[in-house]
Amino acid sequence: MQLTPEERGILAGARGEAARRALEYQIEVGRFWGAERFVPVTNVHMMGDIEVMGDGGLEWLRGQAASGARCAVGTTTNARCIDFAHCARLGQDQGEAAKERELIACLRRMDVVTTDTCINYQTVYQPHLGERVAWGDTGTVIYANSVFGARTNFESGPAAFAAALTGRTPEYGFHLDEHRKGTFTVRLDAALDDLADWGAVGKLAGEAHQSYFAVPVFHGYRGTPTADELKHLGAALASYGSMAMFHFVGVTPEAPSLETAQGGNVPMEAMAIGDEDIQRVYRGYGLGDGDARLVVFSGPQQSLLEMKRLAELFAGRKVKEGSSCFVTTNAGMLAQARKLGFAQALEDAGVVILEGVCFYILQNLSQMRRSNGWTSMVSNSAKIVNIIGAHRFHTILRRTADCVEIACSGVLR
Amino acid sequence: MSPIRVRRAFGPVVEGEALISEEGFSPRYDLDRWTGVITKPGHKLEGASVVDKICFFPTAKGGIAAGWAFYDIKWKKIAPKAFVFGVTNPVMVQGAIFAGIPITEGWDVDPRTALRTGDRVRVDPANRTIELLRRA
Repeated sequence: MQLTPEERGILAGARGEAARRALEYQIEVGRFWGAERFVPVTNVHMMGDIEVMGDGGLEWLRGQAASGARCAVGTTTNARCIDFAHCARLGQDQGEAAKERELIACLRRMDVVTTDTCINYQTVYQPHLGERVAWGDTGTVIYANSVFGARTNFESGPAAFAAALTGRTPEYGFHLDEHRKGTFTVRLDAALDDLADWGAVGKLAGEAHQSYFAVPVFHGYRGTPTADELKHLGAALASYGSMAMFHFVGVTPEAPSLETAQGGNVPMEAMAIGDEDIQRVYRGYGLGDGDARLVVFSGPQQSLLEMKRLAELFAGRKVKEGSSCFVTTNAGMLAQARKLGFAQALEDAGVVILEGVCFYILQNLSQMRRSNGWTSMVSNSAKIVNIIGAHRFHTILRRTADCVEIACSGVLR
Repeated sequence: MSPIRVRRAFGPVVEGEALISEEGFSPRYDLDRWTGVITKPGHKLEGASVVDKICFFPTAKGGIAAGWAFYDIKWKKIAPKAFVFGVTNPVMVQGAIFAGIPITEGWDVDPRTALRTGDRVRVDPANRTIELLRRA
């Protein structure tokens, strides 16, 4: 890779040992992908919690903090695995909670802003067209590339943290024009009335084209998608397809027309998704043993408007005795939801609101499943029904209002 | 048979037993990160252990958290010896390099036709080759 004088300085130790090692690591990653140079980044969003990092990761992070590592650009954190207020009630491990506190303290010592959110793009930082950032999780990446027209690859915890220390990232993948062109088209003939329908679109397009470098171009939709709808679409594409970018003609900034979004690529395939395809997705989820005692609104965290809708749907109702219903959001959204009464309406209905976490990365989730005797999980998030599999949940995707009905009736349908 | 040539590669030379998958992989979605066993219900390798194996996967799935997961499973001594992907994504690469686990992408011959689970193979990242040493 070609290095600037500043980068050679970092390698010579001008910005300390942690930055030197971070750049060495980034050079290896850049070499693998054939990157020719680094590009500066303005913002970093990193995943770092005890559930994903483990004891080895924590020990490594302690070493970083002790060596005087400091973020060179604004750096925020993704959703984590413990909500300290609910830790005991959820049966989470106290020892792990103590490690999580230490991990958070380590990050703060290094100037990481612990926002604990996977919806930074809705609530914390909105990059502009062409702005280069280093973000993870995948839902944040696909939103940044697609909806904002910013540029980032999937930057996992160690890679994002390295970018935070050096203020740059290797130029490969979605930093390059050549990878930002559409590779197949998807005509949307469906009505798409619910967030879960948008997730179902992401599942259909993603499963059929599993590749990081596949870029769907959506077109033909008669309405205007909302931010929350694009969020569920993107999260599902990233989850089922490992995708980092989509175009939506007339909606996303690099897709003023179908031709522009394709960028001269002959599309590999043209698919179409209609109402019947969406129905088939719902029918594809077997009811398992009929267990309907766990309903989750999470993955991604809920926006204020999602919280409002749930508050309306749950108003005057109660989660069925013996059932559990969880909503996850970030601290800022929860504070506003409290002020506006949405949180109260949800809690009056027996819904548990968790702050700063995502359900599927909760520490001790497998144990939680066993001790509660849950076999199934129902959600309106196509992403979470995909990714929670390793915890051996039988998962069922349903529309938002149907999820609320299942939570209150205890009956799966 | 002549060695399989890979497109990109990182890490030292390793030898070990091949685990050939028909299905893609995520250390978060599919793997129990305390035992090294693939536990996702319905995964084509459900019940198989990745520990000390040379793992062949056609694709990578999902997940940013894989970046820490590889370091975590290496720390717990339940990591594979190498990852061989048909098509991968940056997270797998960032994670494997961070953990010091050899990783490759792309192949000129599909290992699903050329190799079988249990075959002993050598991965040579510098030469971008994978060699069959002994049949299972």
